[in-house]
Amino acid sequence: MVTPNSISRESDLSGGEYKWGFVTEVEQDFAPKGLSEDIVRLISAKKDEPEWLLEWRLKAYHHWVKMVEEQGEPEWAKIRYPQIDYNDIYYYAAPKSSAEAPKSLADVDPEMLATFDKLGIPLQEREKLAGVAIDAVFDSVSVATTYTEQLEKLGIIFCSFSEAVKNHPDLIKKYLGSVVPYSDNFFATLNSAVFSDGSFAYIPPGVRCPIELMTYFSMNAEGTGQFERTLIVADKGAYVSYLEGCTAPFRKTSQLHAAVVELVTLDDAEIKYSTIQNWFPGSKEGEGGVYNFVTKRGICRGVNSKISWTQVETGSAITWKYPSVILQGDNSTGEFYSVALANNHQQADTGTKMIHIGKNTKSTIVAKGISAGQGENTYRGQVKIMPSAENAVNHTQCDSLLVGDQCGAHTVPYIEVRNPSARLEHEASTSKVSDDQLFYLRSRGISEEEAHHMIITGWSREVIKELPFEFAMEAGQLLKVSLEGAVG
Amino acid sequence: MTLATARGEKYAADFEALTESCPVTDWMLELRQSGWDHFDSIGFPTARRGNELWKYTNLTALDQGKFGFQLDGPGDVAPDLLRQRAPWSDDWSTLVFIDGRYSASLSQVSSGDGVKVQNLSDAADSELLRTHLGTHAAVDENAFSALNTAFLMDGGFVQIPENRDDTSPIHLLFVTTPGGSRAIYPRTLVVSGINSRSTVIESYISLGGEGGFTAPVAEYVLNSGAGIDHYRVLVENEESFHIGTTRVYQLDNSTFTSTSFALGPKIGRNDVHVLLDAPGAECTLNGLYLTTGDQHMDNHISTTHAKPHGTSHQFYKGVLSGNSRAVFSGRVLVEKDAQKTQAFQKDLNLVLSHGAEIDTKPSLEIYADDVQCAHGATAGHTDPEALFYMQARGIDEVTAQAMLMRGFASEIVDMISVDGLQDYVHGVVEEAIPRLQAAAD
Repeated sequence: MVTPNSISRESDLSGGEYKWGFVTEVEQDFAPKGLSEDIVRLISAKKDEPEWLLEWRLKAYHHWVKMVEEQGEPEWAKIRYPQIDYNDIYYYAAPKSSAEAPKSLADVDPEMLATFDKLGIPLQEREKLAGVAIDAVFDSVSVATTYTEQLEKLGIIFCSFSEAVKNHPDLIKKYLGSVVPYSDNFFATLNSAVFSDGSFAYIPPGVRCPIELMTYFSMNAEGTGQFERTLIVADKGAYVSYLEGCTAPFRKTSQLHAAVVELVTLDDAEIKYSTIQNWFPGSKEGEGGVYNFVTKRGICRGVNSKISWTQVETGSAITWKYPSVILQGDNSTGEFYSVALANNHQQADTGTKMIHIGKNTKSTIVAKGISAGQGENTYRGQVKIMPSAENAVNHTQCDSLLVGDQCGAHTVPYIEVRNPSARLEHEASTSKVSDDQLFYLRSRGISEEEAHHMIITGWSREVIKELPFEFAMEAGQLLKVSLEGAVG
Repeated sequence: MTLATARGEKYAADFEALTESCPVTDWMLELRQSGWDHFDSIGFPTARRGNELWKYTNLTALDQGKFGFQLDGPGDVAPDLLRQRAPWSDDWSTLVFIDGRYSASLSQVSSGDGVKVQNLSDAADSELLRTHLGTHAAVDENAFSALNTAFLMDGGFVQIPENRDDTSPIHLLFVTTPGGSRAIYPRTLVVSGINSRSTVIESYISLGGEGGFTAPVAEYVLNSGAGIDHYRVLVENEESFHIGTTRVYQLDNSTFTSTSFALGPKIGRNDVHVLLDAPGAECTLNGLYLTTGDQHMDNHISTTHAKPHGTSHQFYKGVLSGNSRAVFSGRVLVEKDAQKTQAFQKDLNLVLSHGAEIDTKPSLEIYADDVQCAHGATAGHTDPEALFYMQARGIDEVTAQAMLMRGFASEIVDMISVDGLQDYVHGVVEEAIPRLQAAAD
């Protein structure tokens, strides 16, 4: 998202360190550190949740306790990090003013508004300029939602998850956990027990959402785990493009982020989900940074439906993320476009899963990984063709680029085919930036760093072009900034 | 975990019996013991969640105490039967092992040009054997390497002298005879001298229909500039279990070219690892696997580039029919020092029936920046357009299908440059095609 404000943010960048984090002194309303059944009850009570949701949270909590005892965190990913002490995390933090929810922007804590200002979120005059509705998640409690009225006229629901629980309980009850069940995996289960807030969007039948929906996740309080929950449902024939942009304040201690995103498309519906993730990657020496352990999954439940994930991942100390699509409806389509960058001591283990169940289902995967500094970048993806998936087609392409000789680039595809009519192609390559291309640009007076940047931008273009225009511009800048200091 | 279970006792009892009745030199005894100790502590791998190496292959059947080691032997096999059923040429030097035991009467070794081809247990005093045996396929490599080492007795030991420039094949033939659920542990060590050339064939053939368990381990050592053309032929019956481990160690500018063919076992695994441990080494691992019925074939192929300027190719092809399942888990690891590496990896599959499943996982793990690595994998039925093309020219569907399958398989079979062997494998493929077609849909 580019606003006059965000452009100015980008122009004064220097030094190659994380620049977009700001620490705002806002008083926090904390629940005590640590996780227990009482904390889960407290979170639920604070949010005034109905009984069924509390029970769901508790089921998840008990399952998670069992998982901790039996198997612990998943170990298969190619990432290393110090043991996480789950009892040293705040599971609930709300801005203190939450007792009286702000009714308009005028009611919002000025200091918080100043934070949004720094983040470049257009809440006031800038909202029209940016042309997006933003559900800004500020440390777990949604502060303001814009454009709701305009959307309401079309019957589109776009609000914070907590509001949706209050106002649209039937929809939440129907779809929550229908794509990522509470028992899905370690981090998703933890999220199901303690999720704080998030976004909910519902697009009614036949409606094409006229604007790009957008949420900002930010992490602010030191030592606060963030457990977002996003649910997007596109009813029959609906279309929505959803943007998720991320930026976190500069923090010293590592922060755990375990979000869950669920997408559901019914017949002929389409969801396009784009992410730019630029959380604090840790210092150049590998200290701190965000642990991003996210479960994102969509299900094409109806015929002819489509889900498309596009991501540009440049931040976080560790990224563990596999946006997936279950292609259940006949003729449904899944897409995954990704650029993941690991510089300094960053580790990224990311990819996708495409599960083909319906007939004539189609999936496309384009994954680009850039490793620089001492970064470790792994593409891990699964394409599964079930026996029922007649004439399924998949094409996968994953390319890795190595910048410097201290980094690692890995490709681990899992291809499982159980239907003879399927057609699958997977190709991947790994190389460094070509000397010939560099020489060509250098001989035309372009500096080495600029030349690298041009080549990398061009190489990532296939993915970047899938992003909505404003995001695409920011993504190019992000890659450039994130690679500063990696060349020469 | 120790194997003090009813199921594991069989192997423990066999090991004790072997230790008592078959004395060997001290160092071999120690090696055996270390193999047993290791196996005893880890047991058979399980296909549990999170066990990446055994994700797709379930071996519970091996743990039932069904298979026993046979101390006596070798049994009798008519030479004509061998010539008929196994790849054979009188021009080759052949060592024959019947149910794991060396048969001097069936073997024929041509002497000359300094090549030494002998039974491993006859060479216990060889310093070379002692240096290399169990070094490249160490006991802690996997459970089967440990188990094989525990039951170390007969096997092929081949020494290729420096600068030898003759590629007349050396054939190590491991035969399983009908009768009884035997567990056999063939062992192979080939050490090739500087700048030598050689051709080595390992074949595993079963003569009966009854299921046995074969757990071979082969070690290949290539000194500077050495070249080995290696063939591995697995044609065992549909009731057998075959878990093979091959370890290759390459020094500078050596070339290891291997073609593997697998047909048959109920559960088969071909675990190959090549270590390119000096600059300029090159290895090519090609393979073809055909599965039908309830068969399961797991190809676990990995190459480690430890030093610069290495080249490696992995190229496997599979044809799957019936309710069979095949796995290709290829891995290329390029270590930090291995700059200027070129590595290519490819797995192509024909899936012919709804019951069949292919799980392919060609993975690249790269820690050096100046490299060129690529991999690819495909799965699908025979090309309908190619079929249509042929049918439009009056070729009936079954024949056309067979032609396409033959063409698909030929790409690997034609890489076999030993005439007698290529004919043999072509014959086996021809025989298998109608069976694969019958189980296709």
